[in-house]
Amino acid sequence: MTKKKQPEPAETGATEHQLWEVFTQPGGGKPFEHAGSVHAPDAEMALQNARDVYARRGEAVNLWVVPSSAIVASTPEDIGPFFDPGNDKPYRHPQFYKVPRGIKV
Amino acid sequence: MLGHRLSEWCGHGPILEEDIALTNIALDLVGEANLLLGRAATAENAGRDADALAFLRDVREYRNALIVELPKGDFGFTVARQFLFSVYALHQWEALSTSADDDLAGIAAKALKETRYHVRHSAEWLVRLGDGTDESHGRVQDALDELWRFTGELFLTDDVEQALVKQKLAVDSSSLFDAWKRDVTDVISRATLRMPGDVYMQRGGRSGMHTEHLGVMLAEMQVLPRTYPGAKW
Repeated sequence: MTKKKQPEPAETGATEHQLWEVFTQPGGGKPFEHAGSVHAPDAEMALQNARDVYARRGEAVNLWVVPSSAIVASTPEDIGPFFDPGNDKPYRHPQFYKVPRGIKV
Repeated sequence: MLGHRLSEWCGHGPILEEDIALTNIALDLVGEANLLLGRAATAENAGRDADALAFLRDVREYRNALIVELPKGDFGFTVARQFLFSVYALHQWEALSTSADDDLAGIAAKALKETRYHVRHSAEWLVRLGDGTDESHGRVQDALDELWRFTGELFLTDDVEQALVKQKLAVDSSSLFDAWKRDVTDVISRATLRMPGDVYMQRGGRSGMHTEHLGVMLAEMQVLPRTYPGAKW
């Protein structure tokens, strides 16, 4: 048996496996949806855990797992500058435009 | 048998995700057992159903291989046993899926899909434990060494099996050995583990001679239907 270094939790600071975000595709051609997250030591185990936790009752035909650390997210403070400007510009919504007479919707 | 042993992990898995995975595999195995016992009950035609065969037989009437009745041990032992057994089951189901008995072939085709996942899951864990830390490597190597003497029994054939082979209903278990050995050797070396050497192979389960562990396990597994006969839940 070859000697291997055993990482102590104190060295890595980690007592749990890495966190992964799970996306499931409910059917062929459908967009992937965020289902939740799992802990796993690596990508293959993350995929297997995702299968067992989120796809064991036929919910998915495809799975993505992404390291949670790779997700870039907006913050709650962004809510004003990021999302508000859309609200007072009704012309950005399709409803703003009058449908010409004679066109059946 | 093995489904019950795995179900003992329910609520005790190392992490939540693995707890669910082990329980999923346990449910697959119990489902396969239910179908097989149902088919056996039909063949027996003696008024017993699958439940009667599972819950009302005593130790000496059980015909399972010894490897599946051993206590669950630590996680390394559970993974090593699941791996050794699942690879065997994979080849057994594959062969049975062409059985002349339509019911058995159907059960085998369903079980084959489940077993492919069991092999994948247990093989990936074996590699991670074997190629992990000194502690995990040592434990899973100990488990392999301990389990090895129970693997030979899986490939023993007998008169009953040979009679079924003649009718193209079953397969000669000894014919599965080479494929099993090849698959197992491959993963064990990927896991940086050592193949156990040749040892005396335990046998007896197939003829009703079991380890002392089976009685204890059946006491727990059968207590409800034996205490409340005909109970529904």
